[in-house]
Amino acid sequence: MPDRLYVSVSPHIHSGESVPRVMRTVFIALIPSGLAGVFIFGFPALKVMLISILSCLITECLIQKARRQKIAASDGSAALTGLLLAYNLSSNVPFWIPLAGGIFAIAIAKQAFGGLGANIFNPALAARAFLLASWPKHMTEFLRPFSADGITQATPLTVIKEGAVKGLSDLGISYWDLFLGRRGGCLGEVCIIALLLGALYLLWKGYIWYHAPAGFVLTVGGLSWIFAAQGFLKGDFLFSVLAGGLILGAFYMATDYVTTPITKRGQLVFGIGCGIIAFVIRRFGGYPEGVSYSILIMNALTPLIDRYLRPRKYGLSKSK
Amino acid sequence: MLKLHEEKELTAHLAIRPAKIPEKVSIPLIQHLGKICQPVVKVGDEVKAGTLIATLEEKVVFAPIHSSISGKVSAIDDLPHPLLGRAKAVVITSDGLNRKEEFKPNSQEVIKQLTPHDIRKIIFDSGVVGMGGASFPAHIKLSPPKHLDSVILNGAECEPYLTADNRLMIEKAREIILGIGLVVKCTGARNVYIAIEDNKPEAISGFEKLLPDSEYKLKVLRSEYPQGGEKQLIKSVLGREVPPGKLPFDVGAIVHNVATVYAMYEAVYSGKPLYERAVTVAGDCLENPGNLLVRIGTSVKDLMDECGPLRKEPQRIVFGGPMMGIAQYSLNTPIIKSSNGVIFLSKKEIAPSEESFCIRCGRCVESCPMGLMPCLIALAVEKEKWGLAKAYGALECMECGACSYVCPQRRSIVQAIKYAKLKIAK
Repeated sequence: MPDRLYVSVSPHIHSGESVPRVMRTVFIALIPSGLAGVFIFGFPALKVMLISILSCLITECLIQKARRQKIAASDGSAALTGLLLAYNLSSNVPFWIPLAGGIFAIAIAKQAFGGLGANIFNPALAARAFLLASWPKHMTEFLRPFSADGITQATPLTVIKEGAVKGLSDLGISYWDLFLGRRGGCLGEVCIIALLLGALYLLWKGYIWYHAPAGFVLTVGGLSWIFAAQGFLKGDFLFSVLAGGLILGAFYMATDYVTTPITKRGQLVFGIGCGIIAFVIRRFGGYPEGVSYSILIMNALTPLIDRYLRPRKYGLSKSK
Repeated sequence: MLKLHEEKELTAHLAIRPAKIPEKVSIPLIQHLGKICQPVVKVGDEVKAGTLIATLEEKVVFAPIHSSISGKVSAIDDLPHPLLGRAKAVVITSDGLNRKEEFKPNSQEVIKQLTPHDIRKIIFDSGVVGMGGASFPAHIKLSPPKHLDSVILNGAECEPYLTADNRLMIEKAREIILGIGLVVKCTGARNVYIAIEDNKPEAISGFEKLLPDSEYKLKVLRSEYPQGGEKQLIKSVLGREVPPGKLPFDVGAIVHNVATVYAMYEAVYSGKPLYERAVTVAGDCLENPGNLLVRIGTSVKDLMDECGPLRKEPQRIVFGGPMMGIAQYSLNTPIIKSSNGVIFLSKKEIAPSEESFCIRCGRCVESCPMGLMPCLIALAVEKEKWGLAKAYGALECMECGACSYVCPQRRSIVQAIKYAKLKIAK
């Protein structure tokens, strides 16, 4: 015989979905790529990941304590930011680069805006931009894959930007190398197969929608093919997709809940916008790679996209 | 729309069984959309099951109310009401004899001769209302002001836990088909659709057997919530959308719930007024859940004793389904005409959790059957921006609860929208 009944507004049941579960799933999806990074670049890659994650977690705890909030570091969002930041770094950065990056990501890009849900920019990418502006040398030096001796190597995109070579064949690597990750680059961006594996898992679980990544990848690939340096319709679609951080950015950063549009249509626009900006930076800008900046710029446009791309209300005809 | 954890296997296989006649019933004088009835009995009067106990003389929207047991009127008082909190009710104490008024069944021949007006009169006199939840007097829905082309029988029953409609379709398919005939006669609609979700295979095959060469079309729908909503069902079956502020007959359709149609059948064919209904009594807390034929006015406590013993302490007792149903504060709350289920939810089923801030994941937007942006309405409400809440669609919300169900941050979106509706109305 119940002596107390609880009254509340419907619904009285719940799907069981929660932020920790979302974060855990994305974490799992990122594991293959992390393993690949350690395999390709060795133990230092693991060190960068751990420092970055710890830096984010500790910063989150300290700030929430200072703001007298509930410590919510266990929801996994700070750790995920840390992991994504590490994936955007070279494996041979000094230890204080992920440390500073983690602090910036959480303290400035996330908590200063009000914490999870209120940040405008993707914290990991904001931190990457901050590091790139502050210590460009450390951010543009990449280890050669499978070299224990610390020989550095530029990324394929940098080499092409500098005009030393024209295409893939001159680099002495194949598409297959790009797929597997046998190239210089950030530790989490190089192994495309591992990234796609995780992305498929997320798509299958319904944690991300294909709209932003598809819009992003196809736009970059298409524009690179059409308006290529070699001439009209002479570009290399596959190379432009595989050689930089596009896959990591498109599937794991342009799908961040907080900083991208709410609706599927909005996310498609977001992805296409990212694609155009990233292409313009790569082709005409000063940087060899434009994925992270393109996402940050589109982050800023997200409220505008949400304002104009609302779902069609039931009962209102399409023409209205 | 979305897929829910349905929990229907608890009771879907259990045939409807008559509940024990309670010692006392409390029959609210308002069980319909419209004006509250006036009692036509006084304390001390003898009544039988089916005796008219409350009605109105005026020409307003209402449905008369009948006694559900035989015995003596012992009180007329303000008592718990499942939807309104409290309302005036007639309390009848049973004499244990289960006597009924003499119901006059009508033969097929007589029914063939009945005009639509006669049918509406019988259905009105029998107190039939929409039994899926809205409780709109049925006779009014049978006299549409415009020409209708389609009648839809709502057998979607998309709320989790509830299986009473399903059982009714399995056990009374023939009667329901006759009931549809009455609706067709009254409305003149040419197309009839029997809409059932694919999680009710037994009901579907039953109708398939009965309808091989019939004019009625069986429409098997993928199980999705909230497909049983009138507007959603019209879209699923006919591909039409009812514009905001309009009613189904504006798009040439009418939707009747399974239980309502069965009650119409009983009223016209058996002459029996609406004083009992099939109710799903379920939830993790009950040892013997089931589908019961319950007399109107039976209290939650009586049903709990009948379907118990309790194996867990219920945290919430909900009238209706767990998505849109109403949590009760008293064990004395009575079953009324629109009560399709009583769910005893345990703490595990409710999984209480703290509300947190929005992370803009978009799940609520994706699941909203009305095409609204629930998360943004809730944010606008937090900032008390009522104009913005309206722009995001607060007034179009049907409060199905899909948004709150999927929200990973457990935000009370429905509550915020209900609040916004009150504020905007001011």
